[in-house]
Amino acid sequence: MTRGLSRESRQGLTLIGLPFGFALIMLAAPLAMVITFSFWTQNYLDIDRTLTLANYQEVFSQPIYQTLLWRSLRISVIVTVVTVVLAFPIAYYLSFHVKRNKALWLFLITVPFWTSYLLRVFLWKVILGYNGVLNTALLEIGLIREPLTFILYNANAVVLTLAHAWAPFAILPIFVALEKIDRSLLEAAEDLGDGPFRRFWRITFPLAIPGVVAATLIVLIPTVGDFITPRLVGGTDGLMIANMIQIQFGKANNAPLGAALAVTSMVVVALISIAIYLVGRKIGGRVAR
Amino acid sequence: MSVFKPIIELRDVRKSFGTFEALKGINATIEEGEFFSLLGPSGCGKTTLLRMIAGFEPPTGGDIIIDGKSMDGISANRRPTNMVFQSYAIFPHLSVADNVGYGLKTKKLPKAEIKREVDKALSMVDLVGYGNRAAHELSGGQRQRVALARALVMRPKVILLDEPLSALDKKLRDQMQMELRDLQKTLGITFILVTHDQEEALIMSDRIAVMFEGQIAQLATPEELYRRPATKRVASFIGVMNFLDAAATSHDAAGLTLDIAALGKVTLPASAIPPNVHPSQITKVGIRPEMLTLLFDHDDRAEKEITGEVVSSDYYGDMTYYSVQLPQLASPVTISMRNTAGRSIAAPGSPVRVGWGTESVVLFE
Repeated sequence: MTRGLSRESRQGLTLIGLPFGFALIMLAAPLAMVITFSFWTQNYLDIDRTLTLANYQEVFSQPIYQTLLWRSLRISVIVTVVTVVLAFPIAYYLSFHVKRNKALWLFLITVPFWTSYLLRVFLWKVILGYNGVLNTALLEIGLIREPLTFILYNANAVVLTLAHAWAPFAILPIFVALEKIDRSLLEAAEDLGDGPFRRFWRITFPLAIPGVVAATLIVLIPTVGDFITPRLVGGTDGLMIANMIQIQFGKANNAPLGAALAVTSMVVVALISIAIYLVGRKIGGRVAR
Repeated sequence: MSVFKPIIELRDVRKSFGTFEALKGINATIEEGEFFSLLGPSGCGKTTLLRMIAGFEPPTGGDIIIDGKSMDGISANRRPTNMVFQSYAIFPHLSVADNVGYGLKTKKLPKAEIKREVDKALSMVDLVGYGNRAAHELSGGQRQRVALARALVMRPKVILLDEPLSALDKKLRDQMQMELRDLQKTLGITFILVTHDQEEALIMSDRIAVMFEGQIAQLATPEELYRRPATKRVASFIGVMNFLDAAATSHDAAGLTLDIAALGKVTLPASAIPPNVHPSQITKVGIRPEMLTLLFDHDDRAEKEITGEVVSSDYYGDMTYYSVQLPQLASPVTISMRNTAGRSIAAPGSPVRVGWGTESVVLFE
C-alpha cells in the first residue's frame, strides 16, 4: 500500500496531517456534536439519546425563534450593506489615490483590532449612552434639548457597533480586488470615450465584484451569530438568535434546543451565502480567474 | 504624400517627472494618413510622448495640436485618438463583441448599428465569428486584433500603438507587421507606433522619429535614416554599423579627401557630403556591413580593396556575418554576405580580400 504512494504524496500527507487533525478535532468534531445534540432531548440534567425531530418542530412552531432569526438576518444584512458600502470608498481611495505608504494605511486600518472586541463594544456604550460622549456633546452645543435615546439599547446601536467592528474585514478584500485591476483597462475605457463616472460602473465596479462578494460573506456570516454586541448594546429589541442559543445552552438548560437553533441558523446562513456567491459569479461571471 | 496636411503638431512638448526631464522639447509634424513611428531604447520618452498625445499625461510645457485644435486641458475621452495598449487592455468581463463595441455604446449608438460596426471591425482584423468569445479564450495574437478592432471601430483621426507587437512570437509578429501596414494603407488612418525594435520601425513606417533621452535625434524616412544617419548614435541604433577612425586631409570643390584607418585615402564627391557635416570635425566614419564585400576567387568588382583575415563567422541561413580583422585596427569589422548559390563560407583564419568604395562611407555631423 505504501509503495503505491509517491514520495511527493507522502510528503504532502505528512505536511497536511497535523493541520488536518487539528481541523478535525477543533471544527468537525464540535459541529458533529452540535448536529447530534439537536436530535436528542434534555430533561433537566438527563440527556435522552433517542433520535427525534422535536427540537426542530419547536424551532419552526414557536414564533419567538422565527422572530429572533428574522431579526438576526435583518440586522446582519443591514450591517453588511452599511459596512460594505462604507468600506468601498475607503478601499477605493486606498487603492487608487494613495501613492506612497500604502502599507502604513493598511496598518492603520487594523488599529481598532489592537484592543479586544469586548472593549470596543463597551466603548460604543460610552459614546452612545444616555450620559455618553455623543449626547453630552450635542447637549453642550445646544443641538438637542434632552439626550437622544434611540441610539443605544436597540437595533441601531447593534448595526453601528457591528459595522465598525467588521469594517477592516470588508475593506481588505475589496482593496485587494481593486488592486488587481489592470490600470490600463481604466485608461482604455477613458480612451474609448468614458468619463470617470461611466468608467467606474462599466469597468471598476464589475471587476471589483469578487472582492465585494468576499466582503459581504465575511461580514454577513459572523454577524448573524454575534451575541456580545446585541447583549451589550442591543437592549431587548436588539437581541438576536445567538443570544437565544446561549440562553438555551445556559440558563434554560436545553442544549438540544439550542443545538437545533444553531443548526437551523447555520443552514439558513449557508443558503444565503451560496445565493450571494452565485449571484456574484453571475454578475462578474465572465472574469477569468 | 502628395497633399501635405498636418494631423498632429508637437510644439516644444516637454514633460518632467519631479526633477527628471522625460521629454526635453519635442517638435514634430505628423501628416494625415502617415504611418509614423517613435523609435528609441527604453526610457527615451517615446511611450510618454504617445501617452501625452492620447491624453493620459498632461505636458509640463509646449502644445499638442491634433487636427488643428490644441489639446491643452482636453481629457483622453474627448480626443480624436484611440490607443492600442501594450498589454492590449482587453476588458476581461466583456465578450469580444462588447469589447469592440465599448466605445460605440458610450457614443449611444443604436444597438443594431453597434452590431453592424462591430462585425465590420471584426472582419477587418480577420476575427469574423469571434464576437461571443470571452476575453480569456483568446490567444495573444487574437487579443491584439481585438484591441485593434476596438480602436478602428471608433474611426479616430489617429490610432496610437504602444509596442503592440512586442508580446507576440517572431512569426506572428512578422505577419502582424504586414497586416497592420496593409490595414493602415487601406484605411488611410494616421498610425503612430511606439517601438524599440528598429527592424519593425523600418519595415512599417513612412517616417521614423528616433528618440534618445527625451529628444528627437533624427526624423526621417526609413531609407534616409538607414543610409544617412545624422549621428553616430542613430547609426549604431539603426542596424549594424562599423565605425572607423578618419580625418579629413583636404576639402575643395573636387570633393573631400579622407584618411580612413585601415582603408586608406578616399575622395568623396562634394554631393556626398550632407549639409550638416563639417569636414574639419570628422573623427569617425561609418560603413555598413553590407557595404563591405568579401571578394571570393574571381570577384573583381570592387572600387577599392584591402586584405584582412576572417576571425569568425555567424551563419544566419540567408546571410553570413563575418568578423574580419583588418590591418592596424583594434577590433574586427563586421561584413555581411548573402549566401548565394555556389558561394562557400570563408573559414576563420583564412585571408580574404575586402572590397569597398566611396559609396560605402557614411559621414556624421
